Amino acid sequence: MPRLRVVLLCILSLTGSALAQPHLRLATTTSTENSGLLGAILPPFEQRFKVKVDVIAVGSGKAMKLGENGDVDVVLSHAPALEDAFMDAGFGVNRRAVMYNDFVIVGPRADPAKLAGSKSAVDAFKQLASAQAPFISRGDESGTHEKEKELWKAAGGTPSGAWYVSAGVGMGQTLQMADEKRAYTLSDRGTYLTYKAKGELVILVQGDPALFNPYSIIAVNPARYPAVRYFDSMALIAWITSPEGQRMIADFKVGGEMLFHPTAVPPSN
Amino acid sequence: MEAHFPSRRHSWLMNFVDALWAAVGLLVERDPQVTTAVFVSLQVAVLGTISATLLGAPFGFWVATREFGGRRAVELLLNTATALPTVVVGLLTYALLSRRGLLGDLGLLYTRTAMVVGETLLIAPLMAALTLAVVSGADARIHETALTLGASPTRAALTVAAEMRRGLLGAVATGFGRLISELGIALMVGGNIAEATRTMTTAIALETSKGEFALGLALGILLLAVALVVNVGAALLAPPHRDS
Repeated sequence: MPRLRVVLLCILSLTGSALAQPHLRLATTTSTENSGLLGAILPPFEQRFKVKVDVIAVGSGKAMKLGENGDVDVVLSHAPALEDAFMDAGFGVNRRAVMYNDFVIVGPRADPAKLAGSKSAVDAFKQLASAQAPFISRGDESGTHEKEKELWKAAGGTPSGAWYVSAGVGMGQTLQMADEKRAYTLSDRGTYLTYKAKGELVILVQGDPALFNPYSIIAVNPARYPAVRYFDSMALIAWITSPEGQRMIADFKVGGEMLFHPTAVPPSN
Repeated sequence: MEAHFPSRRHSWLMNFVDALWAAVGLLVERDPQVTTAVFVSLQVAVLGTISATLLGAPFGFWVATREFGGRRAVELLLNTATALPTVVVGLLTYALLSRRGLLGDLGLLYTRTAMVVGETLLIAPLMAALTLAVVSGADARIHETALTLGASPTRAALTVAAEMRRGLLGAVATGFGRLISELGIALMVGGNIAEATRTMTTAIALETSKGEFALGLALGILLLAVALVVNVGAALLAPPHRDS
């Protein structure tokens, strides 16, 4: 029955590579992956150390959770408070500062809450609250959402009301929603720059140290999860914080703008 | 300080035309990322459909051909299970395969195998429910006659299956359609890893989250094209109808 043979062949050809070989698993935030940074800096590492890095890009909160459950080998995130808790609970070892980028407050060009020119992010948030200007929150426990909650707290409390929308989606989609609804939002600069050409949002507040966004890399504790690829994780941590890895981060640009500023070693030139 | 850029608001139609062109571009370019995503989608959907059919169909057949108390209840439960949200099945599969889970030692999370496991759990009830519906609709005499003529229970079941192949193939096509368009499980237990577990649907979700709507739509068109090819292929390979 040749027909049956064709069907079986079709099915067999699909089973071949069903079993994937073990790779180094990096849980990270959407900002590092969606901006293209990891695509630019990981290939040289993979070549030199003969290890394939599987990038699982989720919010920082979920990235930490995956580390807690031992489902990834190494975590690259930007949520200092969550990272502290992660280290204190003994889930991670060898936390290293890698780089920072910054958050910006963006909104419609018409700027009904008159934020433009403000030097303080907290003041800007106070203005948003008193003007009840539409604001889209990530609402997903991501690093960006953590930062936003921190700023609302400093501005006098968690906002509520119809003007405050908790979206529960990624940064790109949040920016898109803000654009469609002519609302304000807090974004990392990288995602905003990648998204900017497609929308009409403008940067209204930037440069405040409170908007500083530090990234750390942490190996999942092998004492807790013996199956994690600890030595490959340490190779990645050593490489990304080396002068070479740091230079590649500094050289990564979107639209001519530097997105991430290396912090592990002093700039070489 | 304010960034200036030209307004690029397209009409809906323009977006769609862009997407169509982008879809053609994807087919012509043969970008390895796209090719792998198509392959992974097909692999997971086909293997998931096969294993769910092997699990669900015999059960559905068994329920359909037996008289027992609580049969209606089983039928109701199966039909209800077809409403399982994919994210919930994804969560259950994650809990099962996570290092902290029951089968954590296998280290299967974030592999295609994990995705096949999740997708199988998702549609096994659907395959059982559809088989049950199809076989219940069959003339009961087919099964009885086959048994009376001395056929083994398996042989008798295959006779009924052969008679009802149209309905059963429809059931398999429904299951396949649900899997190739599935997102929640693929994302949760696959992890959307480039060139490893990224499927067409997780790629669409990713491009959409980046604001690349035309590319997302283009991948959607590609997905439908792939599903069409599979269905045409299955129709050609299925045994010809000998119904009068």
